[in-house]
Amino acid sequence: MNALVQLAAEEEQNPLIPPIPELVIGLLAFAIVFFFLWKKLLPNINKVLDERREAIEGGIEKAEAAQQEANDVLQQYKDQLAEARHEAARLRSEAQEQGATLIAEMRAEGQRQRDEIVAAGHTQIEADRKQAAQALRQDVGKLATELAGKLVGESLEDHARQSRTIDRFLDDLEEKAEAGR
Amino acid sequence: MQKELAVSADQMLAFETDCHIFDGCGFPAPGLHSFVFEPLLTVGGFEFNKPMLLALVGTLAIVWFFWAAFNKPQLVPGKLQMVGEAGYDFVRRGVVYENLGKREGEKYVPFVVALFFFVWVMNLWSVIPLAQFPVTSIIAYPMVLALIVYVTWVSLTFKRHGFVGAFKNFTGYDKSLGPVLPLAMLIEFFSNLLVRPFTHAVRLFANMFAGHLLIVMFTIASWYLLNGIGIAYAAVSFVMTIAMVAFELFIQAIQAYVFVLLTCNYIQGALAENH
Repeated sequence: MNALVQLAAEEEQNPLIPPIPELVIGLLAFAIVFFFLWKKLLPNINKVLDERREAIEGGIEKAEAAQQEANDVLQQYKDQLAEARHEAARLRSEAQEQGATLIAEMRAEGQRQRDEIVAAGHTQIEADRKQAAQALRQDVGKLATELAGKLVGESLEDHARQSRTIDRFLDDLEEKAEAGR
Repeated sequence: MQKELAVSADQMLAFETDCHIFDGCGFPAPGLHSFVFEPLLTVGGFEFNKPMLLALVGTLAIVWFFWAAFNKPQLVPGKLQMVGEAGYDFVRRGVVYENLGKREGEKYVPFVVALFFFVWVMNLWSVIPLAQFPVTSIIAYPMVLALIVYVTWVSLTFKRHGFVGAFKNFTGYDKSLGPVLPLAMLIEFFSNLLVRPFTHAVRLFANMFAGHLLIVMFTIASWYLLNGIGIAYAAVSFVMTIAMVAFELFIQAIQAYVFVLLTCNYIQGALAENH
């Protein structure tokens, strides 16, 4: 009896034919879920997710900026160090150059002074020689005159004659000297 | 009169009867009648039954959950928000972006997310104590969802490609097929526009239907075998009931996933350029 009733009922129930009221309820239920998620809840959470991503990316960006700054500063220091080294090298070579110039200058000065001294010496010697020659000429003249006076017996006190005689003597001497040369 | 009798017969749950094996009464096997319910209340000819109640309560549960999780979201999420985000992100990234891409898919995220959680919760009723009936094993619910998806992707195809383009899209128009082109077009047209929505709905429906039938079968058997030597078999049957419940939990999630995956697939097909 029970089985028969069930069989009869099953003929009416085709599980693939949807009852209209359930279609309506299903549509309504899904529409409610969709509406709330679409209009209110998902935009809410999307906003927060975006904010969070921005916050995280902002942090990363900050870290990157700090890294960049550190790198820049390091580079700057390195540049400065290299510059300082360069400067020092330049100064050293400059000092060397200056030293060399100084030495050369001093050497030149020394040379000049030596030359001056030597020249002064020469001049002095020349002057002395001239003076000596002058003195010698006078002494030799006087001596010769005296000698000649004694020999000749004739006073050659007379100035004019005296000097004429001396000159003639000296000229003779010079001629002899030139001829002997 | 006859129908009412049948309905009251299937309303009689296994443990409400004193019928056991060796008592001279047959096995009260579950069947199609397990999916028909007496109206809980009737308002002006509108019969409000258990699946409808479950559908509405499930709807409220989904909305309540996402309301609690996402209404006032925090930058540093609380527990509920974290769970909600995980679920949302799974569907958004794992299903929508994966199939449609971020640019094209963004528009369909709310639809697919709503679809996934709706289907999943309606499936989940199958193992919730006291309810223990998957709403999606009533063909009307999967059908309505499949219909919404169908309308979505068909209208999208027309919008994207125009009338001729849409026709080519539906029929898989491809000149290189040569003489078999008309036949291929006929098959494609039939497969895409007629079979596709049907299989989309029935795949979900049949899985839930069969799953529920199995659980009910083993549950009734556990009770029915509780007599004499049958007790040993009853124990096995009871273990099977528990195993089937665990298996159903798995199938429910899988079917919800497959349903939205196919949805994305169809939308993707509608967006794709003609070859």
